[in-house]
Amino acid sequence: MSTREIGACLSTVAAVLLLAMSAAAQGPNLGQPISQADLAPWDLTIMPAGTGLPPGGGTPAQGKVLFADNCALCHGDEGKGGIVEAVVVTNPPPLSGPGSVKSIGNFWPVATTLFDFIRRAMPFTQPRSLTDDQVYALTAYLLYMNKVIGENERMDATTLPG
Amino acid sequence: MKTKGRHLAADVVGGNGLLHRRALLGHGLALAGAVGIGAGFSTGAAAEPLTEPDWSLIPGDAMPPYQVPSPFEKSVVRLTDNPNSQPVISHARTPHHLLNGIITPNGLHFNVNHGGVPAIDPSQHKLLIHGMVKRPLVFTVEALLRYPMVSRINFLECGGNSTPLFSNEPVQATVQQIHGFASCSDWAGVPLAVLLEEAGVDPKATWFIAEGADAPHLSRSVPLSKAYDDAIVALYQNGERLMPGNGYPMRLFLPGWEGNMNTKYLRRIKVTDGPALTYHEAHTYTDPLPNGKSFQFYFVQEVKSFITSPSPGVRPKAPGYVEISGVAYSGTGRITKVMVSADGGASWAEAALQEPALPKAFTRFRMPWHWNGRPAVLQSRAWDEAGNAQPTRAEFVALRGETKSPAKWPQFPSHHYNAVASWAVDAKGEVRNVYA
Repeated sequence: MSTREIGACLSTVAAVLLLAMSAAAQGPNLGQPISQADLAPWDLTIMPAGTGLPPGGGTPAQGKVLFADNCALCHGDEGKGGIVEAVVVTNPPPLSGPGSVKSIGNFWPVATTLFDFIRRAMPFTQPRSLTDDQVYALTAYLLYMNKVIGENERMDATTLPG
Repeated sequence: MKTKGRHLAADVVGGNGLLHRRALLGHGLALAGAVGIGAGFSTGAAAEPLTEPDWSLIPGDAMPPYQVPSPFEKSVVRLTDNPNSQPVISHARTPHHLLNGIITPNGLHFNVNHGGVPAIDPSQHKLLIHGMVKRPLVFTVEALLRYPMVSRINFLECGGNSTPLFSNEPVQATVQQIHGFASCSDWAGVPLAVLLEEAGVDPKATWFIAEGADAPHLSRSVPLSKAYDDAIVALYQNGERLMPGNGYPMRLFLPGWEGNMNTKYLRRIKVTDGPALTYHEAHTYTDPLPNGKSFQFYFVQEVKSFITSPSPGVRPKAPGYVEISGVAYSGTGRITKVMVSADGGASWAEAALQEPALPKAFTRFRMPWHWNGRPAVLQSRAWDEAGNAQPTRAEFVALRGETKSPAKWPQFPSHHYNAVASWAVDAKGEVRNVYA
């Protein structure tokens, strides 16, 4: 090891010590570092511009089948008449203050919200059981049924935020 | 000795029998006599001769390791729904009409759970902080328990509290049904800013996204400034670890802000440069206004008060002295004044504020009242140290609107309702919800 290398080592040690001291002054520092790869399975956040959307995709036709199998029990056939708020509202009344119907077609500001919520929370009794392709397909189906997209439009990381 | 006339002038301070608040400080008997009702003297039948009751003649029971209320208090419970865990949201409402003071007992704190109450093993639970930070970090519960903590007495209120009052016609419901989504506790935990500092926040970051470990993985976006103001990762509630329904083993606590943002079962904080527009912020807690715009990202639970007694089901027992009591609170600071009316807002008198009156906490107010046995309409109105006044219903509806047709309890026509509320007392003492 050359003198220069030793010098570099010492300055690194000094820097680490300084960092440790300044960090210790702020708090106990009991957090464990984690790599981006290791935290990725928990990173469900999707931003309105589409950041965070996974690979894959799906169509309304694929979503129609999945909806009948996974969603209709609570949300009703084709998203109407279930035990919870309707997820398909074909002719929403105009928004008019308290008591308005806040539907996917007339109220939700961005489509990424729909993908994000289905992926993190649905189906109610088995959240996180759907694949990303299935979530895209269900998102496409609900956007189509609420007249936001056409019958044959495929939703993926590029088309969904658009 | 004062004359009857001087007592009257000095001590009746509001229409329909409101008395000066000093009547609460030991002057009550003189006052009651002064207003000519004779309530300063016992007018009932003579008491029975006194004897030793059974429980005074034998030693009592052993003490349980964790005590619970007397069996005679069985009716003091939360109002719950969804007992069979149907796949819908579950609610439990605080019985304000049966409580006093400012602290909500842990077993009676309100809950809204969007996917049931998760059974979390604290030894397996983790909190991840990542996103726009230098060092993504994972904290165990055990690690967080070793951090320096702060504790504060703060209210927590669901954005859906009191919202049946958006109905254009008054719903008939109790104070628990209408206002039961607000509670107040001593919350202790680790300042979020300390944990963010350790992770090293990017100076360009402006928001963070919080997420729970419950089945819905409930997620909300919060301006980063709140983390540096007073946000904590709460671990204790009224001295003991959080109740399961309140977020055990840890929750985000944002003093004064919309309940739903105070993410329970907190497992992840992602630092970002914008909000994620999650379901609950883009849909549930965004509300259409009468002018066609929408009310979004409003965060603060604004200055508010409501009377807990008398209230529906808690009737004045007889004409004479009645204490009007309730809670006031504000997400923007201390309560500085509460005015009470017994004549539907025609006249007002200042209520006594029970100390302590803490920022962003329930403040108990009390108002002595001589009820003459005739119909009355009781109201309370609060002011906070930031200068905000609780709006009248007319002022509130002009801005936020009301339903076109009558709503039914427990509907949520909109959110963040903080207008003056009114209870009508009829000649029998029955109390019901009215607009006045």
